[in-house]
This record gives sequence, C-alpha cells and structure tokens, in this order.
Amino acid sequence: MIGYLAQRLLQAAGVLLGVSIVTFLLAFLLPADPARMIAGRSATVQTVESIRQQLGLDRPLPVQYVNYLGKLLRGDLGRSYAQKAEVTKLIRSRLAPTLQLALAGILFELLIGLPAGIVAALRRGTAVDQAVMAFAFVGVSAPQFVVGLLLIYVFAYLLPLFPLGGYGTPLHVVLPAVAVGLAGGGWYARVTRSAMIDVLRQDYVRTARAKGVFPAKVVFKHVLKNAVLPVVALVGLDIGVFMGGIVIVESVFGWPGIGQMIWQAIQLVDIPVIMGGVLVTALFVVVGNLLADLVYPVLDPRIRYS
Amino acid sequence: MKRTHTPGSLPPRPRQHGVLRRLGLAFGALLLSASLVHAQEQGGSAVVSFQDDISTLDPAIGYDWQNWSIIKSIFDGLMDYVPGTTELVPHLAESYEVSDDGLTYTFVLRQGVLFHNGREMVADDVRYSIERVLNPETQSPGQGFYLSIAGAQEFIDGAADSVAGIEVVDDYTIRFTTSEPDASFLHKLGLNFAHVVPQEAVEAAAGDFGHQPVGTGGFKLKEWVLGQRVVLERNPDYFEEGLPYLDEITFQVGVDPNVAFLRLQRGEVDILGDGIPAARYTEVINDPVLGEQVAMGEQMQTGYVTINVAMEPFTDVRVRRALNMAINKDRIVRIVNNRAVPANQILPPLFESHADDYEGYPYDPEAARALLAEAGYPDGFDTELYAYNVAPNDRIAQAIQADLAEIGVNVELRTQAQSTVIEAGGAGQAPLLWSGGMAWIADYPDPNNFYWPILACASNIPGGWNWARYCNEDLEARAARADTLARSDQADERVAEWREIFLAIMEDAPWIPVFHELQVSMHSTNVTGPKEIFVDPMHIPVHYEMVRRAQ
Amino acid sequence: MVVQRAAPVKGRPRPAWLRRFARNGAGMLGLVGVVLVLVMAFGAPLLAPHDPARQYFDGLTLEGDPLPPSRQFPLGTDTLGRDLLSRVLFGARVSLLVGVLANGAAVLIGLLVGVAAGYFRGAVEAVLMRLTDVMTAFPALILAIALAAILRPSLWIVALVIALVNWVWIARAIYAQVLSIRQREFVEAAGALGVGTFRTLFRHILPHLVSTLMVFGTLGISTTVLLEASLSFLGVGVQPPAPSWGGIINESQSYFLDAPWLVIFPGIAIVLTSLSFNLLGEALRDALDLAERR
Repeated sequence: MIGYLAQRLLQAAGVLLGVSIVTFLLAFLLPADPARMIAGRSATVQTVESIRQQLGLDRPLPVQYVNYLGKLLRGDLGRSYAQKAEVTKLIRSRLAPTLQLALAGILFELLIGLPAGIVAALRRGTAVDQAVMAFAFVGVSAPQFVVGLLLIYVFAYLLPLFPLGGYGTPLHVVLPAVAVGLAGGGWYARVTRSAMIDVLRQDYVRTARAKGVFPAKVVFKHVLKNAVLPVVALVGLDIGVFMGGIVIVESVFGWPGIGQMIWQAIQLVDIPVIMGGVLVTALFVVVGNLLADLVYPVLDPRIRYS
Repeated sequence: MKRTHTPGSLPPRPRQHGVLRRLGLAFGALLLSASLVHAQEQGGSAVVSFQDDISTLDPAIGYDWQNWSIIKSIFDGLMDYVPGTTELVPHLAESYEVSDDGLTYTFVLRQGVLFHNGREMVADDVRYSIERVLNPETQSPGQGFYLSIAGAQEFIDGAADSVAGIEVVDDYTIRFTTSEPDASFLHKLGLNFAHVVPQEAVEAAAGDFGHQPVGTGGFKLKEWVLGQRVVLERNPDYFEEGLPYLDEITFQVGVDPNVAFLRLQRGEVDILGDGIPAARYTEVINDPVLGEQVAMGEQMQTGYVTINVAMEPFTDVRVRRALNMAINKDRIVRIVNNRAVPANQILPPLFESHADDYEGYPYDPEAARALLAEAGYPDGFDTELYAYNVAPNDRIAQAIQADLAEIGVNVELRTQAQSTVIEAGGAGQAPLLWSGGMAWIADYPDPNNFYWPILACASNIPGGWNWARYCNEDLEARAARADTLARSDQADERVAEWREIFLAIMEDAPWIPVFHELQVSMHSTNVTGPKEIFVDPMHIPVHYEMVRRAQ
Repeated sequence: MVVQRAAPVKGRPRPAWLRRFARNGAGMLGLVGVVLVLVMAFGAPLLAPHDPARQYFDGLTLEGDPLPPSRQFPLGTDTLGRDLLSRVLFGARVSLLVGVLANGAAVLIGLLVGVAAGYFRGAVEAVLMRLTDVMTAFPALILAIALAAILRPSLWIVALVIALVNWVWIARAIYAQVLSIRQREFVEAAGALGVGTFRTLFRHILPHLVSTLMVFGTLGISTTVLLEASLSFLGVGVQPPAPSWGGIINESQSYFLDAPWLVIFPGIAIVLTSLSFNLLGEALRDALDLAERR
C-alpha cells in the first residue's frame, strides 16, 4: 500500500506539471495581451511596453515558464497582474467557501440521488421508477442559473426561509448546495439505478434471494457495495471539479468561490491568477480521484492494486 | 429624463493675481459647501452591491468604472468636480494660478488636511504621488497623461531622479511646469491617478497598497474581506465640513444583478451598483413607487461601430456613409429599453463642443443601397462584426447585423470575450467592431479625450485603441493646435475648433455612432440625496460622499 | 428452437426483438419523441411560421420587452423580437448534432479509455488514468476562448471541445465498473480457458457496461446541449443569429422571472429529446437482450 501511495504521489507531481505546462501554453495562446489590458484604453505605447517589461512578458515563453516553476516550487504563485496582490493570498481567501460548497453539494447530490436510484432499481418498471427517471432528466436538463434564481426567489424572497445568497452561516450554504445537488442528483440516481440493475441480475444475488435471505440484507450488503462503484468514481471527479469552482452557482448566490475568481481572471487575462486557480483545481482533481481509487478495494475486496 | 448640470468642456478660467480674488473664492467655496451640507443629517450606513470583485483601490492602478468612484471617496486630488456635474473646481488645492504663457501652474494647498494615518498632507506628497504614477515600476495605466510635465520623460527613462517640472516651493505650495501649453492639464490633475498618497503607507504595504489604501478622502478603509465585501467608514478628520453623510458604507461583491434587485426590495441593499437588471427595467420604471427610487442621467459616453478604413471595401468613404445610413438607431435604443439616446455624432450632448444643430446621417436604407451601388457594390458584400459577448451587446450586434442585411451587407458575427475583441481591434483585424461594453466613456470632460486615444493618427498603431485605423493628418494638426489654446480668452475658440474637428471626422465616417448611453441607478428608500449624485458623470457611478440616510 | 411467427395477417416473419420492442410502451413513446425531434430538425424550414432570424419591430413591447405567446407568435418572442417557435424548430439541428454526435463521441472515447485502463491494468492504467486527471483539470474555458479567436466559429469545433472534455466522466465510471467486473469468476475462468482478449471484452465485460453507457449517452444529451450554449457564448460555435436550444436559454435566463417561456419551451425540448432517446435506448436494449447476455 505504501508503495502504491508513493507511486501515486509521484504521478500526481507529473499531473500537476503537465497541467501547468498546458495551461501556461494556452494562456499565452490566447490572442489577448495582459499588458494592454492593464494599461487600459488611454495608455501610450510606452506605458504598454513598460508594463510588459515590468511583468517579464517580453521574455521568451520557456524562460517565463521556468521562472514560474522556480517560484512555484518555493510556494510563490506570483502576483496578480490586475490587483498586484499575491495570488496565494487571493486563493486562500476563497478556499474555505469553495470547500464548503463542494462538500455540501456532493452531500446533497448523494442525499437526493442515491435513495432515488436505489428505489428506482428495486421498483424497476413501476410508476415510481418512471417518476424518478423523469425527475432525473428534468434535474439534469434544468439550467443551473435558472434553478438558482428560482430557489432564491421562492425560498429566500417569497418565503424568507433562507438568506438571499451570500456566505457566512450554515443557512447560507443550503440553497446553493441544493442547486448543485439537483443536477448532480439526477446523474447519481440514474447511474446508481443502472449499476444496481446490473448487479441484481447476477447469479449470486439471485441465489441469495432464492435462499430466502432477508431482502434488505441482500440489497445493502452485496448489491449496493458493487453498484455504487461508478458513483464513487463520479464523487471523486466531483471533488476535483467542484474545487475548481462552480461559476454559475457562485455568481447567482454571491458565493465567494474560486470559480468566480478564475472567471474574472480570464476576462482580464490575469495569467498568474488563472494559473494559480487551475493548479489548485488540478491538486483537488488528483486528490479526489485518488480517494475514489482507494475506496474501490474497500467496496469490492477482490480489487487489488500492485 | 433629467439632464445633469452644465456641460463642461470649458477649461476653468485661469486666475489672475490678486488676494481679493483668492479671498472671494475661498468665501464662495465656504458658502457653497455650507449650502450643500446638512450637518444634522450625518449618520447611518448603506450597502452597495456589485457583481464583479473590486480589483484594487490604489489610485495609481485602479481604472475601471467600478472602483473609480470608490477610490475618489478614499483619496483626493488637487482638482475635483462639483458633485453631480462636470464642473472642475479646486479641491485639495485652495487656489491656483496659471502663468500668462500657460506653461506654469502654481497651486496653494489647503492646510491641515490629514491622511487617514494621522499625518498632515504636504506639497511633497503631491510630488511623490505623481512621480509614482510616472514611475514604470508602478505599472500605472495613467502614466501617459502626465507626459506633458517638463522632465517627465527623463524621469521615466531613468535619466533623472525626479521630475524637473514638479517643484515643491514650500510645504503648501507646489508648481508644475509643462513643456507645452496643455488645455486639459487641470482636468488631468482631477483624475484618480493624480490623487495624493502617503509614501510611508505605500512602502509599508509592500506592493499591496491596492488592498491597504490610505488617503485623505472622506472615507477610510475599515474592513476588506476578499471576495465578499469592502467596508468603508467615515474619516472624522475630513477637511470638508459635514461630509461624508454616512458613517459607514459597505460594498458587497459577487452579487448577481437579479439577486441584488431582490435584496434591494428587502432592504438589504441600498444602491444597485450594476443598475437595474434588464428584465426588470420596464416594470420598475413604470411603477409609481419604485420609479421614484431611480435616477437617470447623461454620461460622457458614446456607443459606436468602428469601420476599419484600411480594409476593403471600407476604404471607400461612400461605403462607410452607406453603413451609417443603414442603422435603425431608434430600434436599437428600444432594444436597450430606451436607456440611451440615438447618437448622430461622436461627442455626447454633455460636451459644449457637441453640435446641437447637426443632423448627421439619416436612417435611409434606400439611399444607403443606392450609395453602395454607386461605390460598386450593388449586391452588397460579406464582412464580419466583432462584439463583446455579454448582454446586451450581443443583442445590439445582432440588431446591427439585421439592419446591414437589409442593404445587402452580410455580416458574420464574432461575439467573443472582451480581451480577445480588444486584441482583434488593436491588431486591425476587425472590419467592423461594436464598441459596446468597452465603449468610450471619457476620462475627463474635455473633447480631446474623445480624439487622441481612439481617432488620432498617433493611436493608429498596432495595439492602439483606434480600431477604425483612422488617420487624418490635417485634423491631427488642428487637434494638436487646439490643445495649446490654454488661456481663458481662447476657451470659446477652442470649443468651436473641436466642434469643427469632430464634424469633419463625421464627414469621413470612420465610425457609426449609434447611441449615447444613459446612466441609470436605483437606490432604496433608506438613502437619499440629489438625483445627480446617483448618476454622477465624474464620480462614476455614484458620488458616495454625498449619499445621505433618509429620515 | 422454433421461431415464433408474428400475427399471420402479414405474410413476412417479424424478428423476436422487434416484437418485444413493440410491446414496450415506454419504448414506443421514446420512438415517437425521437421521430418528433428529427422531424423538427429536418422539417424546420417547412414547419416554422417565421424566419428565425427576423427581428420584428413589434415583436417587442414599446419598452423593448419580449412578448408572451399569442396568435402571431405561438410560443412568444425573444429579447430581439424573434418568433420563439421558429427558433426552437430550427434549433433542433444544432442540438441534435451536438447532443447525439458530440456526446456520442465522448461516450465512445470514455468507454475505450475506461475499459483499457480497467482491464489491462499496469502501466496502461497509470498513463490513462493520469491523462484523465489532466483532462479534468484542463481549463476548457480558456481553450474555447483561444479557439474562438483563432479559428472561424463552427459547430464542429464545439463538438470537438465537448468530446475532449466530457469523456473523463464516462472513463472514470467505466473504469470503476470494469475493475469490479473483471474479478468476477467467469471472467477469470474465461481467461484460464484461453479465450481471446477481445472476445472476453466483448462477450463478458461489455454487456455489463451497456446500462451505464446508456445513461451517459442519453442524459448526456441534456448536459452537452447546455454546454454548447456556454461555448457558443464564448464565440466558438454557433454564432448569432443561428438558434440553438441552449443558446436561447443562455441569452434569456436572466429574464426568467419575467419571460419564463423563453426558458421553459427550449427546456422542454431538451428534456423531450434526451428522455426520448433514453426510453428508446432502454427499450431497444431490453428487446435485443443486450445486457442479459453473459
């Protein structure tokens, strides 16, 4: 196990390196000039060039990348072009809210999706199954912005049960998490259902049921553990993706997450902030997928890693 | 729709020698401020909502419409504008004199003005602040405005340790010398870039002065929770008696305009920084109660389509004029809920140089088609229109596309992120470009600001904002000359000359001016003040120091 | 075994799977739905009452707001005074292309990656799964903006970007399932018996993946249609005034509380499409007994 973890750690470093190179290239591939964006509309050529020089943007790309990497290894993510503040400071201020929303969102996804999927699989073909199917499709097809706005309008404005967006107390995270959970819940429900149906058809399950083992035990011991494997995969991905920020939900609910920060940085071509945000995302993607990979053997002991 | 006060492209009249005049001025200023201030009404707090995060509050760096007015509340400059108007008056300066040759400006500063850290502001601080803007290490977007000061270029190049043209005469007197007469110099001293900052605070912030601002203004920074809110509190030592009215003002960021509107109705937000969401606009304006909370005013803004005069077929002025006649501006104004007035020329009505009796190109698709045929395009042609993808600009672009289709011009739309559109325009790649969302709001109320950055030969360079690639050498020379008419007795001549210059540009039709946007803001019933300060043309969007709590 | 013949009225014999399919009510419903969408896509020029790009001066109120459904505009108008029904009809093409083709490609790529990683293990697994990590963290937004500026906007670019980005979900889910399936006794037995790799994959592993693939293939239609809208917004794909369901929703969503028809009708179209494909797919799968095979 230690050997495996060490391997994964090494690979993680490789992934982060790869992501940093790709993002760096992409950011500079963008036909947008950070120096000009900072200099603004009334700047002279001289001002633009001087800003370009100050930021080191006039040096060749590989040199810039190596400098960036050097600072990165010392924990320095550079300074935002637009704000001049340290990127680590900017990211740190948004890390906790992003984590809170990510975890709450995943929680709601599971709360909504898992039971629905299980029930639909067990009651396959009935009206319940079809109701769950319909809900799943509507949940996934509903645009998140509209869902968020509707949630706020009904549960925060018409019925003052929750705050009108914002961040701070546990109450603040409920509506945004529900907005995230409705779409994801639909996915989880369908995937759980289909995986369960597959497992339910297995010989050994049929045997157990035929033997008269109590249905609930059958379900929860054998079936669920195997059926939930793809859901674990999705949760692992969700950890990574949500930590990259969910821009739409963040902007509707006024949630101070990393997504909004990266989005604004892209508009302003604020490359250090973009790089920092993407690297944080990559880190959590690696962590999320690693966690998922570590959970598989727990659910299905036959799965082994070298 | 309300018109805000006095259009002001007039440079203020230079003061003559005379103690009496200065005394009179001081007395007048006292009277004016006394009549504006209701000392009894101080107190209370207000909340302003914004969608975008506040990037920086460093006056040398901050250059977007959102932080412009917040910076003006934390800092002051030598000159400022009467609230709600474009009228330039001395601010940190008690008085000033301009020499007869128009090259030397001597300012007498107010005494006893304190920075938020307790130290008194002196003339050396003014020198430091402007040198800081010129210093390449600061990366200030405003560097180019102060190149007219003698010795500025040498300072920038590192050949000199200080700017020769800035002379600290004594603690309360500072003198500027320009290398040429610059008619808009006083306006430039009213820009945020010239606001005064204390050197020790800048250095203590170690590069992050933008998040730790210290100035002389009516508000000082109380709290900044990154990504969530900025809280300002009253500066008890502010030199303007009775201002600001509010004890505290909070800026919430990251708030979607639709949600901000709901918060306003609940009383959680007092001023909608991003304005009324488009979907709600009609409902609000027509509501007898909500309508009262709306303020509308003019801006120094024009929304226009640039026509790349260097690209075929736009090299032919007839084609450009035809395009001008094809756009149905009334319909486009309707698409933006009448939050604009159709434009027939480059300068907005706020400017004195605006030609009130000029008719411009009429909306006449028939004549447009005929003109195109005359130019050799009876069947029209294909081209591209670049636009910023955020609403309502994508809709306006589509409306323009539909109008041009009527005269046979098939436009392919390229709606993209702002930075890439700006880049395409700067690279001269865009045949047509709708400037909305990036459109020109003048930095200061002087017509030359509508010329030099966006229509001059000097800005017809790769990366320049002259997206029309327009260059008329004759007009360039006239413009340069007009800017040397700095004396008060030359003011009328200058106004007239700029009017002629812009009308001549319209003849060349490098642009299609479409509309002049109106500023619209909405506030709750908890705050009040003269309507003009909620749509201040200079303290964009709201003059925060003048906002009062309603009784 | 005797093949049962269909009802003797028609002379030709009908295959068993078709009969099973025809009996499945939900499946027939799905078929109707898919046919409806296809008719919309191909028949739009004939069915649409108006030109989808025509901006009517009186398609907006005097203050410039969209109109609710009326006789002239059966589904109402959008923020530029264009007929919504016509736009929804014409929008079917884009949405079908993107939802079915782009999503289909993503599912295919994800399937290949997930199966290869889960079945072959070792170095293949490490490389492919780390590639998945990279592609998940990959800033697709920036790629889209960059492509928008460099290339001429085209639906194929959008389809490409979507396929490039979405396959990771399928890959990870399939990988997890394959890890478990390959341990099952019959797979190991087949391996011991010397059954070839591809035969094993095809006959023993793939059938267990069909249901999951079906979910991603059909539910994914909704997600990709909405994703297309975001990408086109950045200038990559469909440019105005060409309509797409996601695009209509995207440009009208802040009007939702005042002009809900602009979101509801395209939304119904999206749900209808993905749901129909799902019902059809599941019915076909059941009828063809695809997943039942061991």
